[in-house]
Amino acid sequence: MPTEIPHDSVGLVSPQTLRFDTPLTLACGRTLDHYELVIETYGTLNADASNAVLICHALSGHHHVAGYHSMDDRKPGWWDSAVGPGKAIDTNHFFVVALNNLGGCHGSTGPNSQNPATGKPYGPDFPIVTVIDWVHSQARLADKLGIYQWAAVVGGSLGGMQALQWSMTYPDRIRHCIVIAAAPKLSTQNIAFNEVARQAISKDPQFHNGHYYEHNQVPKTGLMLARMVGHITYLSEDGMREKFGRELRSGKINFDFHPQFQIESYLQYQGEQFSTAFDANTYLLMTKALDYFDPAADFDNNLTLALSQAQCQFFIASFTTDWRFSPERSREIVDALIDAGKDVCYTEIEAAHGHDAFLIPIPRYMEVFSAYMKRVRTGGGHTS
Amino acid sequence: MRADLEIIREWIQPNSRLLDLGCGEGELLEYLIKEKQVKGYGIEINPDNITSCIEKGVNVIEKDIDKGLVSIRNGSFDTVVMSHALQTMHRPDLIVEEMLRIGKECIVTFPNFAHWRVRSYLSVRGKMPVSKFLSYTWYNTPNIHFFTFKDFEELCVERNIHILDRTVVDHEHRHRWWIHLWPNMLGEIAIYRITR
Repeated sequence: MPTEIPHDSVGLVSPQTLRFDTPLTLACGRTLDHYELVIETYGTLNADASNAVLICHALSGHHHVAGYHSMDDRKPGWWDSAVGPGKAIDTNHFFVVALNNLGGCHGSTGPNSQNPATGKPYGPDFPIVTVIDWVHSQARLADKLGIYQWAAVVGGSLGGMQALQWSMTYPDRIRHCIVIAAAPKLSTQNIAFNEVARQAISKDPQFHNGHYYEHNQVPKTGLMLARMVGHITYLSEDGMREKFGRELRSGKINFDFHPQFQIESYLQYQGEQFSTAFDANTYLLMTKALDYFDPAADFDNNLTLALSQAQCQFFIASFTTDWRFSPERSREIVDALIDAGKDVCYTEIEAAHGHDAFLIPIPRYMEVFSAYMKRVRTGGGHTS
Repeated sequence: MRADLEIIREWIQPNSRLLDLGCGEGELLEYLIKEKQVKGYGIEINPDNITSCIEKGVNVIEKDIDKGLVSIRNGSFDTVVMSHALQTMHRPDLIVEEMLRIGKECIVTFPNFAHWRVRSYLSVRGKMPVSKFLSYTWYNTPNIHFFTFKDFEELCVERNIHILDRTVVDHEHRHRWWIHLWPNMLGEIAIYRITR
């Protein structure tokens, strides 16, 4: 809880809900006739609407990126370290837009919203949404806000995939594409981990084939397990050892099955927290969106060809100990961009935090990110 | 701009594709992008240099050149430049081969270890030369391979590398007419333009 708002915070913010009534046809072939998106904005849109930055969220993210909803909030938004006055994404200069994606569980239309056709929550009947669907919905959001071209679209992890998709789907609507700790598609191992998470959720007796809302139940155990296995992939082995080692909670081995090592209780706590705050159907959807992301697939698996559609400049960053989306995966994007003759800067940040590093204000990370955002602001760089 | 870069930039064709290996703060690229509209990329490993490149609006890729350039396609650049970095590579010969694979032409500059001042330093003092230009001591120098113009040209003959141009200058990168009387003795820095 902040006793006072830090000077480099966007301060107290409130979300707003926008309603869209033009049907949106999704990649799966189904159509959403009406939907709502919850957003937050920080900073001021300039007269020619040229300073807007879109922030796309990752698997469990949402629209609350920076600042506080009330003085009682325990923590600020999920990327407060990078968004605010004087920060990398400087709200003194940029108009920042963040949203909760379609299919989310933080207010935008998703599985826990009411299905107008049945009057009941969509549940498992909510269509599977993909990265490209999100990008289309974000383009409609831009239209509604009077923004034709984003100064930058920014995202980490699954958010980075949306930024990358923007560069290909709406080449003339994005000047800079910022892709942090992402990959051009999931590896087999990534998909395997996602499947473990999905199985944990769907095999939970309280899941009721996704209709748990009607039973007033939540597949809490499944969600918790899903989050625990996910969380392991967000940390690095070194980071985990440094933070928890083999520390025992009570200082001795108890010869029973209660959590004894610190890492056990940490993961349980994380899983527990998550399972009370996140919707299981949304989790399933998000992991599917990750699995399906593969922009090169339509181009004979040639990423260079796929990215040849882009017209913007790129900033790609990865973290040395990230094994979920390792530096090699970012380098695949960089290599393809060079091959396609696109403007690109790439940095590999030394960090012990694994995939989670993209959310942590590591000094060198913030320094290069700020330098690049300054270039976005001043229009520096030389697009040919 | 550093004087060797001034010489190199004259050899770069407008609108060409350029890769600068060990691009430092990106000054060569910045000039060529602005003045010759090249599509250029720099490869660099030093964090401060990378930030400088980003600030200049230069495309910079963080990469350890010693780990290879395999992901870059054959012949995908018109020119590949390596200025004052070949002597810091683990295997200069393999790097030159890689440069020639990627680039249609390559430009390499390096300090000449057979310059008379270096020779006399070593022969008179019996110690590894330290000068304004080679300012490190033997144990902390990034310059791990010392070689001479003659050595480099022998490598070119051995590997069928064709030398298109050679300029030899002093440590301030000035042309001196007398250098050409005995380049391997009198020249401090060589700038070679090579191809397959």
